[in-house]
Amino acid sequence: MAKDMGTSPDEVQFRFRDDERVDHATITVDACCDQTNATAVRIEPGDDARVLLPFLDRLALVEVNFPAFGDGRGYSSARILREAGYTGELRAVGAVLIDQLSHMRRCGFDSFAPDKRLDEEDAARAFATWENVYQRAADARRTIADKRHEA
Amino acid sequence: MYRYDQYDQAMVDARVAEFRDQARRRLEGKLTEDQFKPLRLMNGLYLQLHAYMLRVAIPYGTLDSRQMEMLADIADKYDRGYGHFTTRQNIQYNWIKLEGTADALADLATVEMHAIQTSGNCIRNISADHFAGASADEVVDPRPYAELMRQWSSFHPEFTYLPRKFKIAVIASANDRAAMRLHDIGVRIVSRNGEVGAEIYAGGGMGRTPMIAPLIRDFVPIDQMITYAEACLRVYNRYGRRDNKYKARIKILVHELGAAEYTRQVEEEFAHLLSVGVEPPREELARIAEYFAPPAFVDGPKTVDRSDPDFALWVDRNTHRHKHDAYVSAVISLKPAGGIPGDATSDQMRLVAKLAREYSFDELRVMHTQNLLLPHVRIADLHALWTALDEAGLGSPNMDTIEDIIACPGLDYCSLANARSIPLAQRISERFAQSGRTEVVGELKLKISGCINACGHHHAGHIGILGVDKKGTENYQLSLGGSEAEDVSLAKITGPGFDEDGVIAAVEKVTDVYLAARSDGERFLDTYRRIGMEPFKEALYG
Repeated sequence: MAKDMGTSPDEVQFRFRDDERVDHATITVDACCDQTNATAVRIEPGDDARVLLPFLDRLALVEVNFPAFGDGRGYSSARILREAGYTGELRAVGAVLIDQLSHMRRCGFDSFAPDKRLDEEDAARAFATWENVYQRAADARRTIADKRHEA
Repeated sequence: MYRYDQYDQAMVDARVAEFRDQARRRLEGKLTEDQFKPLRLMNGLYLQLHAYMLRVAIPYGTLDSRQMEMLADIADKYDRGYGHFTTRQNIQYNWIKLEGTADALADLATVEMHAIQTSGNCIRNISADHFAGASADEVVDPRPYAELMRQWSSFHPEFTYLPRKFKIAVIASANDRAAMRLHDIGVRIVSRNGEVGAEIYAGGGMGRTPMIAPLIRDFVPIDQMITYAEACLRVYNRYGRRDNKYKARIKILVHELGAAEYTRQVEEEFAHLLSVGVEPPREELARIAEYFAPPAFVDGPKTVDRSDPDFALWVDRNTHRHKHDAYVSAVISLKPAGGIPGDATSDQMRLVAKLAREYSFDELRVMHTQNLLLPHVRIADLHALWTALDEAGLGSPNMDTIEDIIACPGLDYCSLANARSIPLAQRISERFAQSGRTEVVGELKLKISGCINACGHHHAGHIGILGVDKKGTENYQLSLGGSEAEDVSLAKITGPGFDEDGVIAAVEKVTDVYLAARSDGERFLDTYRRIGMEPFKEALYG
């Protein structure tokens, strides 16, 4: 497996799912559209996540690559997949840093394979930063406004 | 005005704790400066020429006396006893130390204030009409809608790493006092057949490529406004340019796609997001709106004793018509002749806070023109108010005159600047005040930026001045004919630039041309639009 074609399960530092890990390499979005049996794909920042919508039911793993932490396109890709009903693993890979974790989680990522391993304690604190949230997003958390107006 | 409940307070407290932790990790070497930079920026902390600068958010420019007193305390405790009010209705402190920042943020949090998203490539502090809730000409008070957007945009998980910064302004009047169409998104709350909704403009901005935002939706029902904004942002986040920092604002995307194609993509995303359901519950807007219920106005005198000409001039210049006829909104000028535009000392802030308690239902505003405002003053109290202001050096009768200059911090503070803005503003206001020409010229909005980023709004000045670096010396380009108001337009450059003395003389010359050519009731801008650039060029370069 080429290093640049997906992370292996042991590179995954945080995973919020109980199902079995997909243990084969991801392919590009273009290849995924041509290959009818692919179950793992990797989205680059410039890819249109919506191209994958017809194949969602056969995908078990989507990696969203963050070559640079300041490029936020992957957050939209993740939400778009979750909004379309994708329930497989959604893995953030690349320049995944402590201070991006809570936002990524809200956008629907449920596994994380950072380039550089993160401090476990710092990460645990980061995942728990926001006890409450203002916006609706991909994580189905009840928002502050929902709580204010619940019966 | 809006008050935090336990949720809002917990969010701000969580943010302070998060920043404290980030600063610790930076000091421990766990974060590189490159990694720390966007985090400190999203907490309003810039590294400037001489020190850190902290920009504190004042959502839609509204605050109370307790908050203003805290701003004064911050100035004394963490800075040098003064602060600088900005065109984003915020306040900046220019001499901050990194070590003290988390404590300053914690102090701010005790009075429901913060520096969240006052910088960084995220949705910035929402600005609004400074006369909101007071002006006779508004459809509704725009601030509940701005507050709804504040909550939606705070810590938005999808839009924290946008291609570039993103500024939103909300107004609710045909008269635009917030430069609404020079924002990334401009919102005008309107009423159609009795139903409240929003007109949406997108892709405006100043900077090196100024653009006026086109209208992309003439009516979004108010209970879909957040969804529509989310669609606008998602299209921008996905397709805004990231290859070149100078082409990364939404205005370039809208321009390159064309307004029609950008709108088509937004509408498609909007339809999708409506099906997902991202709008806050409708009751939330109603809950917020209750906080903005008008104060208990009482009837009273509708006129003032004009026997003191200085007072009468101040009333004419610095007060604005109120929706209740026994009240006015009173502008507190932070533009004393020869002073630094937008600067206030901690003592002045405390005085203004006290006056707000005494005369304006404990409410204050920061104007995008870098002045302060008491929104609800009884006409009967005006003389007492003016007397107190005048004694403190805050009574300059110069709103919207050539002395009411918008100026960025420029090369005196800013690491991006090419030229100084402040000394130029000081010399121009002093010269016009001394010659008595300010009153003769009347309304004339002069705006000065010390570099092409246009923080001083020079593109929108009736007269604009842009400082550039010309082979190592400061040079100033003059432009004419801009407006940030409902008659929005972009200023045009007159021709070759000037040195500092030269540009001051040039400003005088263009006012000469105006005075010679104006017909009855014409402002400088009106005369320029009627006679065109040529007579001005002739006077400057002929």
